[in-house]
Amino acid sequence: MWSFSKIADLVHQSLNHTFSPTLATIIEMVIVGVCVIGLFAVLGLVLVIMERKVSAWIQIRLGPNRVGPKGMFQSLADTVKLLVKEGMTPSGADKFLFNLAPYIALIVAMLLMAPLAFAKDFQMWDLNIGVLYVSAISSVSVISILMAGWSSNNKYSLMGAMRSGAQIVSYELSAGFSVLSVVVLAGSLNLNTIIQSQADGWWIFKGHIPVMISFVIFIIAVTAETNRAPFDLAEAESELTAGFHTEYSGMKFALFFLAEYVNVFIVCAIGATLFLGGWMPFHIGHWDGFNHVMDYIPSSIWFFGKTFFLIFLIMWFRWTFPRLRIDQLLNLEWKYLLPISLFNILLVTAMAILGWYF
Amino acid sequence: MVEEIGTTEEGDLIINVGPQHPATHGVLHLVITLNGETIKKVEPHLGYIHRSIEKMCESLTYRQFIYVTSRMDYLSAHINNHACALCVEKGLDVEIPRRAQVIRVLMDELTRIASHELWWGAMAMDLGAFTPFFHAFRERETINDIMEETCGARLTMNYMVPGGLMADLHPNFQKRVKEFITLYKLKINEYAELVTGNIIFQNRMKGVGYLSAEDAISYGCSGPTARGSGVSCDIRKLYPYEVYDKLEFDEVLETEGDSFARYMVRIGEMNQSIKIIEQLIDNIPDGDFQAKTKVVLKLPKGEFYSRVETARGELGVYIVSEGGTTPYRIKFRSPGFSNLSALDHMARGSKLGDLVAMMGTLDLVIPDIDR
Repeated sequence: MWSFSKIADLVHQSLNHTFSPTLATIIEMVIVGVCVIGLFAVLGLVLVIMERKVSAWIQIRLGPNRVGPKGMFQSLADTVKLLVKEGMTPSGADKFLFNLAPYIALIVAMLLMAPLAFAKDFQMWDLNIGVLYVSAISSVSVISILMAGWSSNNKYSLMGAMRSGAQIVSYELSAGFSVLSVVVLAGSLNLNTIIQSQADGWWIFKGHIPVMISFVIFIIAVTAETNRAPFDLAEAESELTAGFHTEYSGMKFALFFLAEYVNVFIVCAIGATLFLGGWMPFHIGHWDGFNHVMDYIPSSIWFFGKTFFLIFLIMWFRWTFPRLRIDQLLNLEWKYLLPISLFNILLVTAMAILGWYF
Repeated sequence: MVEEIGTTEEGDLIINVGPQHPATHGVLHLVITLNGETIKKVEPHLGYIHRSIEKMCESLTYRQFIYVTSRMDYLSAHINNHACALCVEKGLDVEIPRRAQVIRVLMDELTRIASHELWWGAMAMDLGAFTPFFHAFRERETINDIMEETCGARLTMNYMVPGGLMADLHPNFQKRVKEFITLYKLKINEYAELVTGNIIFQNRMKGVGYLSAEDAISYGCSGPTARGSGVSCDIRKLYPYEVYDKLEFDEVLETEGDSFARYMVRIGEMNQSIKIIEQLIDNIPDGDFQAKTKVVLKLPKGEFYSRVETARGELGVYIVSEGGTTPYRIKFRSPGFSNLSALDHMARGSKLGDLVAMMGTLDLVIPDIDR
């Protein structure tokens, strides 16, 4: 059967056949890099049009419907517009940091793609500490936001950046704890092993209520970490005009914009991998017929389907809820989510030791 | 005059919100002194949209100047026209036909609902929720369509003239208003589900922007802003004009004085307006829509004052006449100006995010403040 892993193997073999092993590895790396950049661009376009269509659907309007069939090329046209726009640097800005910040946001988002398993046996880097790697790299993104806010020489930007710093650092804790609950149950930090451990059922079903609690906390925490509404205080357009990227224009703004959407994709992919079984098909106990039908759906479709379901959930939040205030935001984390997740991790650990899961 | 850039000597941050800023819904300029996220002082700077309407009115005749007043509080254009027409009628000492009175009240209440719908959507947008805005506009458009049929305009109606109305009602009016009432009753529950009952929304509104009854009176607040603090100030009840004294409706009062109280007052007012419309829509009397007046209006020498309840509060029109065809002096007492003056008092000590919510609940319309 056709699959991503077969194509990857084929490319690997043919490269090793024609070139020396060193050259083959270098070429493979270049191919992977191009693929990541390509995926990055495609995801940006797809998620932007998806967000606009979802918001239009929620807001009883049509959304983009002029460029291409049903307005599907609208984000392409927007990209062209952003590319040809002048990228201005405000006077008094720290030019080096100002220009560096969007690239850091971009690189962080790209690095996070490495350990994701997009399909069965299709992974860029099968890292044995995948979960740790993801938590470590994703916390670097706050640096780009702080850098952008500080170097813009704009008070709105600075306030947005400070809010964002406080927010991301706080919510990293809950996100970490909820991820940890799956790690405890699966007994591994390797994303691939975690997926394999869900062959007989996803963790959200196997792990009873504690894992469901972790899942809910995870979704809340990553919504906050990616600065999405109702936690979009870093941008808060009705208070801070555009927050940390107020002064950015043209492609530099587009990079922040892209990074935001790709970050949403990545956190949803992580959520899908840890809690919803990644590319594992949906199986019900001993219903062999049903399970076989599910197996026929390609693993990449399972992965992207689950991921986009979570993305839809996060978009739904954005277009439904009002924004929180900064002190309420931090209260929610430190007074509610963190104690709950601390207690929850105890429960999960007890469950794992006593074997109280399916 | 405060320094508009940089920081104060104590190290507080000064930021300029406006004149171009998404939260001010117009060209209002707020100079805010911040200590971190906490507000220490808010200083509104006005004048960016000053069009000297009062001065313009002095060179226009009593028939002409009413058209200018539609541009003051553009969300309650009917009610502005109404206030001016009432004042001129007081000077002329004419009694307008009952049909005109009823239609005026109907139009006023429709305008009030339309204005509150827009406020509801815009305030939710201030709080970061975009969707309510579109839901509110769906209903508001229905009212605008009704207005368009009868008045020929959607925003600056110029329908009420001294002596009655510009034209008679459109034949479809009653049918379409009834359709609107059905639609409204269906959709008002959506409002409650989407915004009023939302836990984030309630946390953002309750206990925020407190204004005591004493302060509301001393700042001269009126309308829903004062009624949210428990000050009874509905002109329709206290100094009834047209047919308001024969109608059954309640003055919506809340005593908490916070943003949520002001919100609930406006939601309650929309329901009361529907109640008024329901009482009148089937009982529009036959007859003329205009009283017989002279072509050129001349007010006798003297001073005339009229007041009405707009969607934002008390609008007073004060005309000084020297006996000619144009007023010697006109003064408008606009509700937005007084309500805005309470902002500094309300905002001190709260967070920057709450300032936007407070401005939302004050329902500021900048052309009404600046004129």
